Amino acid sequence: MIGGLFIYNHKGEVLISRVYRDDIGRNAVDAFRVNVIHARQQVRSPVTNIARTSFFHVKRSNIWLAAVTKQNVNAAMVFEFLYKMCDVMTAYFGKISEENIKNNFVLIYELLDEILDFGYPQNSETGALKTFITQQGIKSQHQTKEEQSQITSQVTGQIGWRREGIKYRRNELFLDVLESVNLLMSPQGQVLSAHVSGRVVMKSYLSGMPECKFGMNDKIVIDKQGKAGASDEAGKSSGKQSIAIDDCTFHQCVRLSKFDSERSISFIPPDGEYELMRYRTTKDIILPFRVIPLVREVGRTKLEVKVVIKSNFKPSLLAQKIEVRIPTPLNTSGVQVICMKGKAKYKASENAIVWKIKRMAGMKESQISAEIELLPTNDKKKWARPPISMNFEVPFAPSGLKVRYLKVFESKLNYSDHDVIKWVRYIGRSGIYETRC
Amino acid sequence: MLNMTVIYFISYLYLRTSLKLMFAFCLHSDEGLSKHPVSLETLYPSIKIKVYFALFISGKSKEAEIKRINKELANIRSKFKGDKALDGYSKKKYVCKLLFIFLLGHDIDFGHMEAVNLLSSNKYTEKQIGYLFISVLVNSNSDLIRLINNAIKNDLSSRNPTFMNLALHCIANVGSREMAEAFAAEVPRILVAGDTMDSVKQSAALCLLRLNRTSPDLIPMGEWTSRVVHLLNDQHLGVVTAATSLIITLAQKNPDDFKTSVSLAVARLSRIVTSASTDLQDYTYYFVAAPWLSVKLLRLLQCYPPPEDAAIRGRLTECLETILNKAQEPPKSKKVQHSNAKNAVLFEAISLIIHHDSEPTLLVRACNQLGQFLQHRETNLRYLALESMCMLASSEFSHEAVKTHIETVINALKTERDVSVRQRAVDLLYAMCDRSNAKQIVAEMLSYLETADYSIREEIVLKVAILAEKYAVDYTWYVDTILNLIRIAGDYVSEEVWYRVIQIVINRDDVQGYAAKTVFEALQAPACHENLVKVGGYILGEFGNLIAGDPRSSPLIQFNLLHSKFHLCSVPTRALLLSAYVKFINLFPEVKGTIQEVLRADSQLRNADVELQQRAVEYLRLSCIASTDILATVLEEMPPFPERESSILAKLKKKKGSGTVSDMEDSRKERSTNVNGSNDHIVTTSPSSDLLGLGHTQAAALNSASPPVTSNAASLLVDVFTESLPVVPPTSIIEENFSRFVCKNNGVLYENQLLQIGLKSEFRQNLGRMYVFYGNKTTTQFLNFSASLVCQDLNIHTTPADPVVDGGAQLQQVFNIECLLDFVEAPVLSVHFRYGGSMQNISIRLPITLNKFFQPTEMTSQEFFQRWKQLGAPQQEVQKIFKAKHSMDTEVTKAKIIGFGTALLDGVDPNPSNFVGAGVIHTKTIQVGCLLRLEPNTQAQASCSVKRTHIHAALYTLMTINCNIDYCSTDISKGKIKIFKCIFKSQHSQNK
Repeated sequence: MIGGLFIYNHKGEVLISRVYRDDIGRNAVDAFRVNVIHARQQVRSPVTNIARTSFFHVKRSNIWLAAVTKQNVNAAMVFEFLYKMCDVMTAYFGKISEENIKNNFVLIYELLDEILDFGYPQNSETGALKTFITQQGIKSQHQTKEEQSQITSQVTGQIGWRREGIKYRRNELFLDVLESVNLLMSPQGQVLSAHVSGRVVMKSYLSGMPECKFGMNDKIVIDKQGKAGASDEAGKSSGKQSIAIDDCTFHQCVRLSKFDSERSISFIPPDGEYELMRYRTTKDIILPFRVIPLVREVGRTKLEVKVVIKSNFKPSLLAQKIEVRIPTPLNTSGVQVICMKGKAKYKASENAIVWKIKRMAGMKESQISAEIELLPTNDKKKWARPPISMNFEVPFAPSGLKVRYLKVFESKLNYSDHDVIKWVRYIGRSGIYETRC
Repeated sequence: MLNMTVIYFISYLYLRTSLKLMFAFCLHSDEGLSKHPVSLETLYPSIKIKVYFALFISGKSKEAEIKRINKELANIRSKFKGDKALDGYSKKKYVCKLLFIFLLGHDIDFGHMEAVNLLSSNKYTEKQIGYLFISVLVNSNSDLIRLINNAIKNDLSSRNPTFMNLALHCIANVGSREMAEAFAAEVPRILVAGDTMDSVKQSAALCLLRLNRTSPDLIPMGEWTSRVVHLLNDQHLGVVTAATSLIITLAQKNPDDFKTSVSLAVARLSRIVTSASTDLQDYTYYFVAAPWLSVKLLRLLQCYPPPEDAAIRGRLTECLETILNKAQEPPKSKKVQHSNAKNAVLFEAISLIIHHDSEPTLLVRACNQLGQFLQHRETNLRYLALESMCMLASSEFSHEAVKTHIETVINALKTERDVSVRQRAVDLLYAMCDRSNAKQIVAEMLSYLETADYSIREEIVLKVAILAEKYAVDYTWYVDTILNLIRIAGDYVSEEVWYRVIQIVINRDDVQGYAAKTVFEALQAPACHENLVKVGGYILGEFGNLIAGDPRSSPLIQFNLLHSKFHLCSVPTRALLLSAYVKFINLFPEVKGTIQEVLRADSQLRNADVELQQRAVEYLRLSCIASTDILATVLEEMPPFPERESSILAKLKKKKGSGTVSDMEDSRKERSTNVNGSNDHIVTTSPSSDLLGLGHTQAAALNSASPPVTSNAASLLVDVFTESLPVVPPTSIIEENFSRFVCKNNGVLYENQLLQIGLKSEFRQNLGRMYVFYGNKTTTQFLNFSASLVCQDLNIHTTPADPVVDGGAQLQQVFNIECLLDFVEAPVLSVHFRYGGSMQNISIRLPITLNKFFQPTEMTSQEFFQRWKQLGAPQQEVQKIFKAKHSMDTEVTKAKIIGFGTALLDGVDPNPSNFVGAGVIHTKTIQVGCLLRLEPNTQAQASCSVKRTHIHAALYTLMTINCNIDYCSTDISKGKIKIFKCIFKSQHSQNK
């Protein structure tokens, strides 16, 4: 279990230090600073073992969060906790920065007391936490004794993530499918690796204790239904419409037993914003863009680069925030760029040509060509040719996921599924989207 | 310019680590150059330098810094690439920036060419940055090195002192082999040239010092060395300081070349020492006149023995006295720098006094001075004082003076907070100990031992043991001390210590009774250390009878006392106790029953440990069947041990390295009057850790320790000791294959069922190298393997052989041979090793014969016979006529003659069937030319006549050998007898 948790600034100064177990000494704080933050070689592994003590760290901008333990813990659990911790802090005071942490350190200690007990993670649901951990920004409503006792029963009860007696005039529900698509492609256009990791994020403003049911075009479900209704709906649900999900994880509110038996996702939602599920797919991914690089070395002192990007989705859709990053050799002494669309610039500080296009419709093509002048060096090392990377945002899910339904049942209060206003949105973003050149 | 030199040397070290320092140095060096008033602003006017560098230093984060640097580098690249040529100023600016970025820890792979271009600039600042870049960034294998060397060469010959300085600094900072190769001749020339400026001389001296350190083999020693010595007389103190550093290093290598420096150094030193502090304006450091130079001069003097010239000697003594006097004066400043500088000179002076070790008054004064420091507030001073005193204690003049400080030192031991200082105090106590104060010192050390740091306990234990033994007046005190030692720090008492006690007790009759009594009393303690039990078991087993008369220590009580400790001990101790029990059976027949009962117990007879079980079984059986007479013989008292070097001393030496202790021991040995028999022959035999033979089974120990037993009672003991010890046969020198090697160098020399010895050798002139391979043919290890060579006329260096040869493995040993004189006897190689339980000794004659040192010489027929006739004197000729037992094959004979070492001269002898050879034997002292003629004669009768040369008894032997092997075997098949005549003629090389 987690023995302690430290937060450092970029200089390695400790901002927060909370030790849960005796086996973690004061020197652990320094050990991490010396061996990881101030290490000569940048430490890339998120898990570092120093003197039989394991350090798990995540970095948020300039801030290091490190969980420490002497035991053999489940590393995935520790990281899950650290991410959750970041979410909670963001929900409480916004961006995680040195200043914010310094301003909120009382709050952070209070949070740490609540969400970790003797190193065991406890309820880290932001909504639930906000009901009883209140500081500055989060004002406590004048709670009566009764309400306070209610908090206790709710937090310790079966449905810890939702309190009773919530009432809204308008029952609304927002559902976002957020996906990031990752790709590595060879110069010839062969896909070397590709996967989509997606999240279904919900914001629910529903009264009472509603029971929700979420349906999507999961291949297993569709096939099952297809078999059941083979006679009447044989042709309609074609294989293309369904997707194969490699693995998925759910919010704690989802009834896993039901998912296991019927593969249906049913739950009592928390109030406010939460992440319902996370999934990953690797098959039949729609790649929104194709990058075609052309690099030619002209002698020792010149390099010609031509990059073509093609958008590969419905012409009616518009991709946004497109950015292509073409790395340049380390001995570049000058760059001339010509591009048809958008703006391109050589950024010396990043050793790359950055080409930005605001909007681009589907089934279009655009091109950039650059001449790079090189300075002859005495180093015999050849340029490693890092891949060309790309950033974008598209209004569909590259995995092909579709929300089929989201039903809300509330038996006690009299509002039905039809009374709930539902919003669905798909956003596909680039993860690590690279093409070798 | 002094600043400059120092700064450049130091700055090189600091550059990589500290930016601030670097710029501080730059500032400094700029100030130092009054001729070139350069400020930072003129160096980098357009860069808002503070802003520029502040950005890096207080960078928000690593990422921001990298971004900034990438941008900066791209900018510089585009500038370097740009079409229009850069002017010197901006080139310098960008190279400087690159350098700075490199120092921040980023790779720089361009700009070298620009830096090299800067070297040819005529502006100081540009040149300076160019050199700085090159010293820091250019690695030695760069292809630019030729260009750089060229630029440096130009600057060196430029006669502009600043440029010369820059070039010299660059050479020194790079200091690579290539640099040394290129400038090793040039730099000394500059150093001693008459018209060189002082500052350049200074730099040249330091540069040469650096080159000498990196590649000493490349520095040519020539007439400049004598002129370097005269730099000690230079007007400029900076030059003198630099030159002294150089001379110290050179003098350590070839002291003879720099002998003349002694008088100059003394003169210089006396001038400094006697000068008023205001005389040496720039070189007075916190009221101390030229402390660095003084220290260096004193160091230089330490390379040589005391000067023989009385005048110089007197002057030096005067100097040293003045330094000692100055230490007494009240300090002129309260600053720590003042006292540090003063004390540095003082300590160096004291170590010179100690090094000379000839002036009693000085030594005593030094000792008194150090005595004052012993109570100084400064920890460092106390440490240094103790350390120097250690050295003083070993000098006969000051030993008594050191002794007066004993109270202070003991006090230091008790109250000092710093462990390293306490350690020195222990060392000093050990060094100052002699008969008069041994009791006090040993007592103090013992009492300190109880609270001593764990890290130095073992050493203290060894020291106490040695002192107690060395200065023991009566042995009761010795035994008491050692038992005390075991009681206080049992865990740190090594095997050697208690082996030694037992050795001494056994060898001294007068102490045995007392020892038994004391040990018995010590064992009464409820908890005693295992080492004490070992000593107790051994001593009571041997001498328990001496105290058995007292009813309080009757045999049964003794036995019960020992046996009460039995179960708490480890296996080796139990084994020892079992042996003690069986000795009890002999000493006290009345407890025989009790002991047999104990031995018969299941815990002994069926012990899981083989050793214990075997002892129990054998001892029980022995006690049952043997008569009292046999028991008495078998279990007789141990005979006295042969005297050897105290193994404790050996251990302490090993622990300390061959450093101070052993030196002190050696020097002290002559003085210490020995009380103690065992110390009289300190270096008789090599120390053995296994003094008592306890490593073998006790049964074997009993057997071998009392040789009469084996011979008297061997027949009776057969059933008890079934395994008899293998007896090593006396070995004779083996020569069987010797003659085979007269004409060849490689092959197998010796082989038996255990060992194979192979040879591989090569000879040139009077030198030779022989590889001896020892092959272990068995599957078990050879232990204690050693091979040594005995020889007089050959100078042989042997590489030590590994003491263990694994089964099937081969061990190589190399002999480097130098032939000093002509010799007759070939060296004998004696090989010893332990195989199984027995020692094997093999002595083999190594085939190193005089003819190995032959160099063949070619001669014409005329020359040969002219010489041949000249050498007619009877003592110059050896002749032998012998029977050939072989059919003579011409080719074989020819090969043999060549193999013998001489040149085979074809077509020289008018008779074609004769063989003629010539060669020169090289030894270190003389060279001897030899002529050889072999005349096969098919008809004559077999007879042999020999004439001996005055030089060569050796050649005679050789000839015999040669003849014998080559031809002396009968060829029965042909039924013929052939007779050859072989004539050696030899001659001193002087005669030629």
